[in-house]
Amino acid sequence: MVNKKETSKPIIQAIDVNFYYGTTQALFEISLDIAPQRVTALIGPSGCGKSTFLRCLNRMNDIIPKTRLTGKVLINDRDIYDENENIVELRKQVGMVFQKSNPFPKSIFDNVAYGPRIHKLNGKNQLIEIVEKSLQRAALWDEVKDRLNDNAMSLSGGQQQRLCIARALAVDPQILLMDEPASALDPKSTTRIEDLIGELRTDYTIVIVTHNMQQAARVSDETAFFYEGQLIEFSPTKKIFTKPKQKQTEDYITGRFG
Amino acid sequence: MNVHLTQKISYHLLRVITYAIVISVGYILFDIIRHGLPVISWDFLTGFPRRSGSEGGILPAILGTIYLTLVTIAVALPLGVGCAIYLSEYAEQNRFSELVRLAIITLAGVPSIVYGLFGLGLFVIFCRFGASILAGSLTLACMVLPIIIVASEEALRAVPRGFREASLALGATKWQTIRTNVLPYSISGMITGSILAIGRAAGETAPILLTVAAFFLPKLPGSIFDQVMALPYHLYILATQHPETEKVLPLQYGTALVLLLLVLGMNIGAVIVRIHFRKKYKW
Amino acid sequence: MRMDKFMRLLLISTASISILIVALIFLFLGKEAFPFALEPGLGKLFDSRWVPVSFQEERYGIYPLVAGSSLVTLLAMLISIPLSIIGAIYISEVAQSIEREILKPFIEILASIPSVVLGFFGLVVLAPLVKNIFGLSSGLNALTAALLLALMALPTIITISEDALASVPQSFKQASLALGASELQTIFKVTVPAALPGIIAAIMLGIGRVIGETMAVLMVSGNSAIISFYPLDSIRTMTATIAAEMGEVPFGSHHYQALFWIGIVLLFATFVLNILSRLVLKKYGMAQ
Repeated sequence: MVNKKETSKPIIQAIDVNFYYGTTQALFEISLDIAPQRVTALIGPSGCGKSTFLRCLNRMNDIIPKTRLTGKVLINDRDIYDENENIVELRKQVGMVFQKSNPFPKSIFDNVAYGPRIHKLNGKNQLIEIVEKSLQRAALWDEVKDRLNDNAMSLSGGQQQRLCIARALAVDPQILLMDEPASALDPKSTTRIEDLIGELRTDYTIVIVTHNMQQAARVSDETAFFYEGQLIEFSPTKKIFTKPKQKQTEDYITGRFG
Repeated sequence: MNVHLTQKISYHLLRVITYAIVISVGYILFDIIRHGLPVISWDFLTGFPRRSGSEGGILPAILGTIYLTLVTIAVALPLGVGCAIYLSEYAEQNRFSELVRLAIITLAGVPSIVYGLFGLGLFVIFCRFGASILAGSLTLACMVLPIIIVASEEALRAVPRGFREASLALGATKWQTIRTNVLPYSISGMITGSILAIGRAAGETAPILLTVAAFFLPKLPGSIFDQVMALPYHLYILATQHPETEKVLPLQYGTALVLLLLVLGMNIGAVIVRIHFRKKYKW
Repeated sequence: MRMDKFMRLLLISTASISILIVALIFLFLGKEAFPFALEPGLGKLFDSRWVPVSFQEERYGIYPLVAGSSLVTLLAMLISIPLSIIGAIYISEVAQSIEREILKPFIEILASIPSVVLGFFGLVVLAPLVKNIFGLSSGLNALTAALLLALMALPTIITISEDALASVPQSFKQASLALGASELQTIFKVTVPAALPGIIAAIMLGIGRVIGETMAVLMVSGNSAIISFYPLDSIRTMTATIAAEMGEVPFGSHHYQALFWIGIVLLFATFVLNILSRLVLKKYGMAQ
């Protein structure tokens, strides 16, 4: 089931991951290798466990009470569920963008500067530099450079989501997790986000959850299909959309369910 | 009878009764303002009482009430806010947090006179604070604690989850997240709750009856171990214990009005704070 | 991370303080009251006379005080329950939204008036009124106290009942209206029954508030410790007894201890009412 054609060494390795909300098991024996500097899409019907899996990769599920994980998740060969793991360092390394854009009700500048400040990467000039660079990478700089002190809530929905991407980039992560980043946006803003993902892939490893199969086909190199907490198929995107190996994958992609 | 007509009559009946409640509230305010306002003067507010309260002003009572509420809030606010942060941000569904919630509900229902007995037993006698500002304020602090906790927790819960998730995902620790991305946006609710608590503490009589209040003490306190006069107790004394209650009726009205203005002023202040912050932070 | 652990511990300890205070309340009320159980014995409390200061025999029977508290509470509730339910129904279901915004602050103002101010108002305005209407020699009686207490219970009952009414799903009301019921029928046959648990909880909290109220009853109930169920008699409540007598009793005397026993009775009564009402609210998903 696991595709190992990739020549470069995987940056994320999930090994036999089971995940439980209380007594309900949400993920079953997920094993999956994700290669660096690629875009990996996680698809599947709602409730299939794709978002849960994504949130296992930066331990965001830790904040939900009574959850439990067995198995291993290695990032750069380090077991992130090891008891000595520093979650702060992990989350610095693995950034996240959420489904609903969630800028802080602070100025645009303060939003982007939030991470660097927390991690004491300050020094006024350095901070300005980081903010500018991050906004440029998120393709937002030109739109906001004259109003960095405006409240982030005054931005449009699409701009807010790109601000959240800039905010995540500001702490210089290696990996970027995106949980349906465009699902709440209009088609035009969606295109901008998708273009942005295309630009970012050269520097970052991106894992994106999406319910939109066209989007997965457009932006990703690799696609993993989840169904009822199981990883059904994991292949290069082209292959999964043209010649899926599994019957369930084909049914989903051709729209017979989900 | 016609259904429509029945409804119309019934609605009118409901309206009349509801407005009767409102009018009686209005009348109470009107009566106290009408008789109290002529009494209030600069001398009344800043003068010392003479002849066991039969003449003169109420400055020691005003200041006593202010001292009491300040010490009360200084004690209750950090405890209340801390407890609210624990309940909203840290508590899991377990025995301990259930016990904390049960305790808060219980505290909210304890009659004020029972707080008075408790303060007498613990602070005045056992801790040897005597009847003092300290003993009275600690008693009042226990009483207003649930008000502050409930208001603060509500304010914390109103902050969207997304702020916390985004901050945690950037590698902030839990406390960093709370300090920078939760507390700043819930501060208005906390202030509102505290002001309401101050208003409640300022108006209560029963708890201070046994722990602090002085019948007639025409001087200002030197430390928190001193007794003080307080507005609500002063009103009670003038209205029921004074040898010539009829004669000091104007002073009673004046004291009642000052107390009422103080408490209602707090409540209006709380509303203003709420509106002000609601404008400032929108999400 | 070290800061994080420290803050966590600090917050847990502040949260524990509310548990500690409850424990201390029970402990210190018990501590001051306990010696009475040994000498002269708890049986002394179950008596029909309260004569704590006497040259012959001191009597510490709390029956008259319980009767006094019960009478004013009952009367206050008879007045307050219908008024406040009607008020809640009007505010929640009938009033226009602008009207609601005007009515609600008045209810909040009523809630915030200090009880000593209401007691004062009762003393100088209400009591003479009651006296003249019924042609009595004094207006300080159970009825006057009950009128004030009814006023004090109003905001509690109205606010919580209104929440309960407002939380009845709109779909219930629409279903009833769609079946051809009038708005009025819908209110009394659908909305009110659906909100009933919340209204009952509101009433229980209101009773708790009334039983525990001290200053207003102390000032206008007349304070005679007799067993009477006649509204125009002067009566004395448990709360008023503590407030009036605690200032003058010798520390540690039987009288002093008996007053703490009254406090314990009050504490348990309000505790039970409080817990019951929260259980009702929780069971029907109406807890705030």
